[in-house]
Amino acid sequence: MVALPDTEGRSPSALERLSRGAMRLLIIEDDRDALAYLAKAFRESGHMPDTAGDGLDGYALAQGGDYDVLIVDRMLPKLDGLSLVRSLREQGVTTPVLFLSALGQVDDRVKGLRAGGDDYLPKPYAFSELLARAEVLARRRAAVPGSAETTAYRVGDLSLDRLSHRVTRAGREILLQPREFRLLEYLMRHAGQVVTRTMLLENVWDYHFDPQTNVIDVHVSRLRAKIDRDFEHAMIQTVRGAGYMLRAEGARPA
Amino acid sequence: MSASAPAPGEGALSRLQKLLRTTAFKLSLAYLVVFAVFAFLALGYVAWNARRVLDDQILSTVDAEINGLAEQYNAGGLRRLINVVERRSREPGASLYLVTTAQGQHVAGNVSEVPAGLLAAPGQVEASYNRGSEEGRLERGLEHRAIMRIFTLPGGFRLMVGRDTEERDRLRAVIGRAFGSSLALVVVLGVFGGFFVARRVLGRVDAMTETTRTIMAGDLGGRLPVSGNGDELDRLAQNLNAMLERIGELMHGLREVSDNIAHDLKTPLTRLRNRADEALRTAETPDALRAALDSVIEESDGLIRIFNALLMIARLEAGSGTSPLGPVDVGAAAREVCELYEPLAEERGLPLAVSAGEGLIVQGSRELIGQALANLLDNAIKYGGRDGIALEARREGERIVLNVADRGPGIPEGERERVLDRFVRLEDARSRPGFGLGLSLVNAVVRLHQGTLALKDNAPGLRVEIALPAERPA
Repeated sequence: MVALPDTEGRSPSALERLSRGAMRLLIIEDDRDALAYLAKAFRESGHMPDTAGDGLDGYALAQGGDYDVLIVDRMLPKLDGLSLVRSLREQGVTTPVLFLSALGQVDDRVKGLRAGGDDYLPKPYAFSELLARAEVLARRRAAVPGSAETTAYRVGDLSLDRLSHRVTRAGREILLQPREFRLLEYLMRHAGQVVTRTMLLENVWDYHFDPQTNVIDVHVSRLRAKIDRDFEHAMIQTVRGAGYMLRAEGARPA
Repeated sequence: MSASAPAPGEGALSRLQKLLRTTAFKLSLAYLVVFAVFAFLALGYVAWNARRVLDDQILSTVDAEINGLAEQYNAGGLRRLINVVERRSREPGASLYLVTTAQGQHVAGNVSEVPAGLLAAPGQVEASYNRGSEEGRLERGLEHRAIMRIFTLPGGFRLMVGRDTEERDRLRAVIGRAFGSSLALVVVLGVFGGFFVARRVLGRVDAMTETTRTIMAGDLGGRLPVSGNGDELDRLAQNLNAMLERIGELMHGLREVSDNIAHDLKTPLTRLRNRADEALRTAETPDALRAALDSVIEESDGLIRIFNALLMIARLEAGSGTSPLGPVDVGAAAREVCELYEPLAEERGLPLAVSAGEGLIVQGSRELIGQALANLLDNAIKYGGRDGIALEARREGERIVLNVADRGPGIPEGERERVLDRFVRLEDARSRPGFGLGLSLVNAVVRLHQGTLALKDNAPGLRVEIALPAERPA
């Protein structure tokens, strides 16, 4: 059950691909239906997925291929997900890994991250959530070379300085609460990408539970009120059925 | 369940094999061997002692005879001795006398034949002999046995005085037979006793095995037989019965819960189905279809949430699959969760007040405690009326107490126990979104942390009080 990589996906470098917004990813999942569904959904979102139906095939492909993200099911025949990722890391393969798991408890997440995973998504999940997380991981990989810890972000006319804790838009200073500052920082770091409510709760509040009702929405709308109130272009946009995206005026969605 | 019934012979054989394999039988066998060895030793000791006593008795009789003969010899010399020997030899009895020349020629006495060379060395021997007219039988092995004392008299004459051992040998034979038959009796009784005990115990164990098999086959009402004599097997049966009782209760509880879950999941599933159905029948534009699909996805997400929450509660209640336990600053968690919910509360016009001390440390999971607090604040915001919410964390002796209080309608005292169950929603809440799992989850989290959860009257309103054991300062 191994699909051959798309031939057209071989030539461009990872950075070129990502600048086009397409990522090459490998999905390792033993449930054929889920695998087919994911491959189709990623392809329709403009990405280039390869697939593997068991741990050994996945390991071989992941070792050889130039992937931006690996999506790995925790429970796989022949070689389980944790061992697969541990072996890849020992081989020096640094491709970001997103674990999918039906287990979905806090210590499973910890085990997955300890084995070398970069993110963890419990089943059942919404595809929009998986897509957003995979894109964030792929971006992070593309950005890593050369860039040390960024101290300032600039998106359009909005800028944020982590050292002085100053936020300005079009030269006008915007006063933010500490949490709003971290929320904006996360959105700016992933400017042009969809971030989901759970991703925000995880990265800004460091809680991994399902955000009930609309707590995150209220935080975002507060932040939006401060950032976008006096401007014609609203930078913080709601992506229906998925989450939010911060985008400069005229910028194409990634 | 077996493919074919065993032939009767095979059945008997396998029953025997089964018997031989039982602990009871092995124990009986071990006891039997030990008893047999003891019996052997005890009877052997008796036999050996009896023989010694008899030998002593024979020797003292012989010594008495010798004393008498010595007196005669001292008084009248060899002539007198021979006379006395001849006279005594004619008397019936077990006493034996023999006087010979140095060359072994018979002079006097009732013994006609002794093994060659016996008389050469003085001393005490046990040897064969023949009486008066029985010459020639020594070679044929038909001799008598006797204990004898041999003396050398002046002039080279030999005097032998002895006593036949037939009586002693007969007694020894009797003891030997008794020895043999009692050993045989011990073995036979032991084997039968072993079989009896083994079969009795085996019978009861078999009965228990049979009962457990029917129980495993699904008859949970079955109980193991208790004979009432309070022995080990009875105690075992009683304990197993108590265990079955407990399992039965748990199964009943589980069945109730899963029935409830099935019932409560049917409602949103039916709603989901009806929406899809309605869209299929009535939606005419692509936009209308898209909107219907959106609402179907929303409904499915709700179902996924329910499943996740149920799974999590189950895992927490089983005490497994939780995050690793470590020190958690409950005060900090309270402030964080309040900070998370503050904008939502404010949007609804509810003041949210938090008062949390420093250094309120418990052993547990920050993640779970945070989620429990989030659920409580969520409830308070949804159902807690308009007059504000107070979250408080403080130390009370050995415990860390968390209070979430609202000014809403509260929960009637009779319902407070019930709302902790899964899917229980009070009348007022039914019109609002929710699944009735929030408090169940909080309860499971609190129990995992060995804490207590109490719903109290905030007069007016509800006060949820969680008490967790404080971590002892190292």
